Amino acid sequence: MAIAEQKGQTLSPERLKEFLREMLLIRRFEEKVEERFRAGELPGFLHVAIGQEAVAVGVCRALDDGDVIASTHRAHGHTLAKGTHPNELMAELYGKVEGCSHGYGGSMHLYDIERGNLGANAVVGGGLPAIVGGALAFKLRGEPRVAVAFFGDGATNIGTFHESLNLAQLWKVPALFVCENNHYAESTPAKQQLPIEDLTKRADAFGMTAMTVDGQDVEAVYKTTTKALKHARDGKGPVFLLAETYRFTGHYVGDPQVYRPKEEARHLRETQDPVEKLRARLDVSEEDWNELDAEVTDLVEGSVEFAKNGTDPKPEDALKNVYA
Amino acid sequence: MAVKTYLQAISDGLRQEMQRDKRVYVIGEDIGVYGGAFKVTQGFQEEFGAWRVIDAPLSETAIVGSCTGAAIMGLRPVAEMQFADFISCAWDQLVTVAAKQRYRAGTAVPIVVRLPSGGGFSGGPFHSQNPESSFAHIPGLKIVCPATPADAKGLLVSAIEDPNPVLYFEHKHLYRRIKDEVPDERYTVPLGKARVHREGDDVTVVTWGAMVYTADEAAKQLESDLSVEIVDLRSLSPWDKEAVLTSVEKTSRALVLHEDTRTGGFGAEIVATIMEESFESLDAPVKRVAAPDTPVPFSPPLEKKFIPQVEDVLAGLRDLAEY
Repeated sequence: MAIAEQKGQTLSPERLKEFLREMLLIRRFEEKVEERFRAGELPGFLHVAIGQEAVAVGVCRALDDGDVIASTHRAHGHTLAKGTHPNELMAELYGKVEGCSHGYGGSMHLYDIERGNLGANAVVGGGLPAIVGGALAFKLRGEPRVAVAFFGDGATNIGTFHESLNLAQLWKVPALFVCENNHYAESTPAKQQLPIEDLTKRADAFGMTAMTVDGQDVEAVYKTTTKALKHARDGKGPVFLLAETYRFTGHYVGDPQVYRPKEEARHLRETQDPVEKLRARLDVSEEDWNELDAEVTDLVEGSVEFAKNGTDPKPEDALKNVYA
Repeated sequence: MAVKTYLQAISDGLRQEMQRDKRVYVIGEDIGVYGGAFKVTQGFQEEFGAWRVIDAPLSETAIVGSCTGAAIMGLRPVAEMQFADFISCAWDQLVTVAAKQRYRAGTAVPIVVRLPSGGGFSGGPFHSQNPESSFAHIPGLKIVCPATPADAKGLLVSAIEDPNPVLYFEHKHLYRRIKDEVPDERYTVPLGKARVHREGDDVTVVTWGAMVYTADEAAKQLESDLSVEIVDLRSLSPWDKEAVLTSVEKTSRALVLHEDTRTGGFGAEIVATIMEESFESLDAPVKRVAAPDTPVPFSPPLEKKFIPQVEDVLAGLRDLAEY
């Protein structure tokens, strides 16, 4: 993906339209997941990232093929943006063998090692240390690759965050720490869990380069990520990238959201929707929009069909794959 | 063959693997210039450089967690916890991330965590524990507890070669006290295979680590009256059921001995397995000799009470013989 646009030039409308498509695909996918969960078809717990699509797409589009990511419990968007097919992701949510974790992981434990996804980590902050180790491997072998950790604002309170940033900066490894600040740690608002407002101060404490970006603007996310990746790839050390974003939904599907004003989510949808923002900027015609929407909706519907027709794991497979 | 200490055997095994395989690196606190708290990696940084012998900050969580990431990306990390007790700081990264990576993600995690464990020199509650049983309960981890210098080297080589996370418990009380012949060349001792430390016909003692020597001393003292067989498990996960059951079926009496605390200790698993699979061959109830359910105390008289002594084993063996 080493194209001229990555040097910081303005992105072409065609390229931005690709981003729009990808964000819309993630949106429609997660809306479908909510619907099927409420219909009782999906086992377990589900956390959607509706409202945060621009971070997943903006960051992942800026990556090279050899770069790797670690994700969080809110992983569908990152997983799709890193290249996993919706069929494989949906099949995993249905617990099928064809799923990207073959039914062993589910929504909170997605992985796709072939596409550089080291895995979602459903213990908050749990993915950061492995990203430092991956980046260390790249540095020791002299490979021009970057390891990227996604995590939320809540994770900046946990020890793994601090130990990982400390090690990464000490070793100057090519790592990128993407903090998706959606202003809630599950149900706890920022003011109740963070004694500071500007989370880049936490990176400052380690002497780490920090960048802040509007996480609802996919082009800005892409460009800032590109800058951050160049810094890391050039051997200048890791970068903390703070993306200010918003979660339009609850922590999990079914969350009554008693912890925030009823109007907040609606207001955010009306003013901060990354998909609508880009649609307006590109001035997409009604006809083009409908065509795009129909295309991704078909893909999502197809993934549900694929998943429903998937293979249930054999019960005895529970006993396999504990050891390599 | 040269005679080497248990500590030297660990050091030699590690050095040879680092010379042979460029993917192997070691990481831990004070392991570089200082050579490690117990000097296992003395001289390593001069030989291999600072990027293969990494002096890490006090960050057990990130040390173990970064090893997992590096292993998935193709390296072969060997982490040192300065004391086995400190592994509790890394529990999440080891138990939640590394141990389950293969199952949920299909990827191998070839990491070794070296854990200087055990008491006997007044290390006190945070520097003397034998936490192996806690980890033996975790699917996805492998656990080795060598007792002899030769096994210390061969099991370390196997642990580094293994594609899974392996916890390597090295007993601090054996480091310089135990010496024996160790082959100079590279060799492996398979994980999950026990060793008969002493052959006997009347009673089986199943044990591992430093307790092998406590059992041996008790067996020597009873030599004229009782023929004691000592099975040194060497690995707790996987563990060699067959070797234990074969010995118990021969002797019909068994005593399980460990330095870890009694309740929920790995000895209970061994006893349960003997009961399930060899009940018919028993002439007496299987006996446990283990540390009491307390933290490890500091003061020498207290610590002596905590760690199973030769007299405790003698009493257990006499009870079994007289049953």
